[in-house]
Amino acid sequence: MCADPDTLSSFWWMTCYLTTGKHLGLYWAFGTVLLLLAITAPAALMFGFGGAMAARSNFLPLQWFGKAYMSIVRGVPDIAFFLFFVIALDQAFEWTRHKVLCPDWDQPIRQGNDFVVCDAAKLPLSTAPQYIHEIYGFALAVLTFAIVFGAFAASVLYGGMRAVPRGQIETAEAYGMSHRQSFRRILVPQMWVYALPGLSNLWMVLIKATPLLFLLGVPDIVYWAKELGGTKTPQFTSFPHGDWRMWYFLFLLVFYLAFTKVSEVVLDRLMKRLTHGQATTGGEAQRRAQV
Amino acid sequence: MKNLLLTTTALAFAGCMAMAQDVVRMGTEGAYPPYNFINDAGEVDGFERELGDELCKRAELSCEWVTNEWDSIIPNLVSGNYDVIIAGMSITDERDQVIDFTQNYYPPTASAFVAASDDVDVTTGTISAQVSTIQAGYIAGTGATLLEFANPDETIAAVRNGEADAVFADYDYLLPVVEASGGELVFVGERIPLGGGVGMGIRETDTALRDKFDAGITAMKADGTLNELLKKWFGDQAPQY
Repeated sequence: MCADPDTLSSFWWMTCYLTTGKHLGLYWAFGTVLLLLAITAPAALMFGFGGAMAARSNFLPLQWFGKAYMSIVRGVPDIAFFLFFVIALDQAFEWTRHKVLCPDWDQPIRQGNDFVVCDAAKLPLSTAPQYIHEIYGFALAVLTFAIVFGAFAASVLYGGMRAVPRGQIETAEAYGMSHRQSFRRILVPQMWVYALPGLSNLWMVLIKATPLLFLLGVPDIVYWAKELGGTKTPQFTSFPHGDWRMWYFLFLLVFYLAFTKVSEVVLDRLMKRLTHGQATTGGEAQRRAQV
Repeated sequence: MKNLLLTTTALAFAGCMAMAQDVVRMGTEGAYPPYNFINDAGEVDGFERELGDELCKRAELSCEWVTNEWDSIIPNLVSGNYDVIIAGMSITDERDQVIDFTQNYYPPTASAFVAASDDVDVTTGTISAQVSTIQAGYIAGTGATLLEFANPDETIAAVRNGEADAVFADYDYLLPVVEASGGELVFVGERIPLGGGVGMGIRETDTALRDKFDAGITAMKADGTLNELLKKWFGDQAPQY
């Protein structure tokens, strides 16, 4: 039926149009974006936690490392990270594999502008099907997002840890808890309430940063909106149309707004639960309301 | 036993090497009809798709098509994410310093201006062009104001919504757009020949691959198949070899 769209009524034309292989690419990209968020958020939180712990460490080099990670990564523009860091990361992987897998290669790796490694060291192998390449690009994206957002999360968590009242730790110590025990039992459970406002900001920024995926060769929703919305001349498609980018971007706008709204509601609830019983103004207000 | 194992590994390794040689990743933009675009099914299509597939068949290579943003298409080639750029890229001295080109498979082209009305002065107005193209380079050297966009479609949209007075791009890209616009868009000014024709971009170290494709293009020019393809995609007035 969809083979000859010119003869269709507008409803069926639209149905056929919205189910072309190209549109399936768009729908698929929504999944990609959600998956990216689902993996990146916990990964970034882990990086952040590690960074904050390192920055608080008594071991000086580790402390320097944690602080350097926070300040350097936060200072570099995201786009620079995504353009240069990722290519450098990819080349670093390939360089390592090249040294291990092709020890008797006699040509230099850098030849003028070219980066040449042996075929076995290519990542992914050039014989690999395209979906492997996309998964690899996706993994690189997750890693890069986690490093970048991890630095911001580290700084937020570091602040959260410092905000826990000193008296709490002192009491823990008075009970005879070791440094590690008081960290795990007292500090960590209490810091979330101070860190959550900062973390929820980060989550919102992360949601909106996902179009950077395209820089890594993974088609994302903004790429598809641009591609599908652009003017299509009858010679090259069965579904010619004018400049529909506005409609596609309007749809994206609604998607992003709805998504951030849902996040806001969920984070609000989480905040309420975390505040419960805490020695903060929010916790005090909850206590008074209950009395 | 150990020997046998070693031989098998060596064989498997050799097999892998041979296979690795055979797959060529073709990088294109997918936004520049008739040269290359994404068709309704979501696949790369167009003149260069057919040409590339034919060249790969003749050279007995299996080709995999990938799309990449125009702006980063050369950096991704030299860092090895794909092996060939086949994206309507004109051969210029500037690009030739970074990558190698095959001989051209489309003769040196004329670029043209398209505007919403006849009375636009293309030497002084605001002209849109795609970033890092020979057209953008040319406009930067004239008295006109250059307005750059990431993809070709946006350069045209800028003229439609009045952001730019005219767009400067390959004549072949503009022709179907003007025809489909129903008089809304018109060619203005003179056509300007730019560049040394369109060729495939290949890493400078990949001379063997370049020679293979070069030989294929020579053969296709000789037996007339390239001319047929040009006619099919660019119409009867398409340039011929």
